[in-house]
Amino acid sequence: MNYLRKNFWLFAVFALLPTVAHAHLVNSGLGPFYDGTLHLLLSPGDLLGLLAAALLAGLRGPRASRLTVIVMPAAWLLFGLVGLNMPTSLQLPGLSVLSFMVLGALVALDPKHLPEWAVAALAGLFGALHGLLNGSALAAIGAGTVSLLGIVTTVFVLTLIVASLIVPLRRAWMRIAVRVAGSWVAAVGMLMFGWLVRGAG
Amino acid sequence: MKYKDSTSYYQLFFACAIAVSIAMLLPQVALAHIESGEAGGFLSGLSHPVSGLDHIIAMVAVGLWGAQLGMPAIWVLPVAFPMMMAFGGMLGLIGIPLPGVEVGIALSAVVLGALVLGEVRVSLALSVPIVAFFALFHGHAHGTELQEGQNAMLYSLGFVISTGLLHASGIVIGLLHRWQSGRIVLRGAGTLVMVGGLYFLWQALS
Repeated sequence: MNYLRKNFWLFAVFALLPTVAHAHLVNSGLGPFYDGTLHLLLSPGDLLGLLAAALLAGLRGPRASRLTVIVMPAAWLLFGLVGLNMPTSLQLPGLSVLSFMVLGALVALDPKHLPEWAVAALAGLFGALHGLLNGSALAAIGAGTVSLLGIVTTVFVLTLIVASLIVPLRRAWMRIAVRVAGSWVAAVGMLMFGWLVRGAG
Repeated sequence: MKYKDSTSYYQLFFACAIAVSIAMLLPQVALAHIESGEAGGFLSGLSHPVSGLDHIIAMVAVGLWGAQLGMPAIWVLPVAFPMMMAFGGMLGLIGIPLPGVEVGIALSAVVLGALVLGEVRVSLALSVPIVAFFALFHGHAHGTELQEGQNAMLYSLGFVISTGLLHASGIVIGLLHRWQSGRIVLRGAGTLVMVGGLYFLWQALS
């Protein structure tokens, strides 16, 4: 007992020794589903592309919007599951930036002749790419399908809200404002390409 | 070295143990992977375009000129400028030099100010290349100044949004064009922009 009392501080200091610090965020306490939701909301690259896809669908009308609202989350989920089960180590930052840059440029151009199915297909490609990346990232940290469902549900809700806000716009200046937003997304994409080449992206 | 009793031995051992323990408390490999610099990056990008008067007057002048030209230039010019500015920024980032950047920026204010002053009406096919040409210089100079540790994407986002809002300010001011007295005010604003551009040009050349 005397020995323990004498060496109390020694034991106390040793108790504080860190092991390898696999540091990460403090647990959000929200659970895996809402962690997935937050992941998407805090990922500007994912959000910009999602926003651009929803804006494009909204500009092209109700049918394109309906298709996009279904196709993009479905592709995100499908390829997210692929990523979870067969994770890839590829990061593909260039392709990720290219995807939202193209969508932003299309919003800015507002191509009247772009078929509705093509809008949904582009949104689906974007969803597939980011689903695969998200799924792989989730697999790497040991997160499961519930987190992926959180991401996909947020994709669905955001796409639905944005597209349904854009579809009824009829006044010219409102549609122009949407196209300006698309040009900003494309401009961010161009700058990001530069940052990636420089190695700061 | 001899010790008189076991107490001295314990004291030495205890001191050594504390020293070793403190050394071992130093952090080991931190496999941290959180993203960082988000808020700083966005705010830095947002504030950068409004931190230089040369940048501000040129971008507001784009909005003013667009408002004078009317549809569709009123929105095409503010779309063309950020996109070409981003392209200029990309050129700077990948290491393609652009000669006379500061002169180009100052000239942009001189030319755009003169166009607003003269209420010069040209076709869209000519106004867009004029604005796009000058936007390259602004992007090359200002789009690449990311501070250490800040998030590049959010910096870019803030930079583009801020630039767009400056154009929007110019367009809103340009709504004065509806009234005769407002047109005079706009031409006065063009004069100010041009004079400011001449000052920056003199600085760039001296």
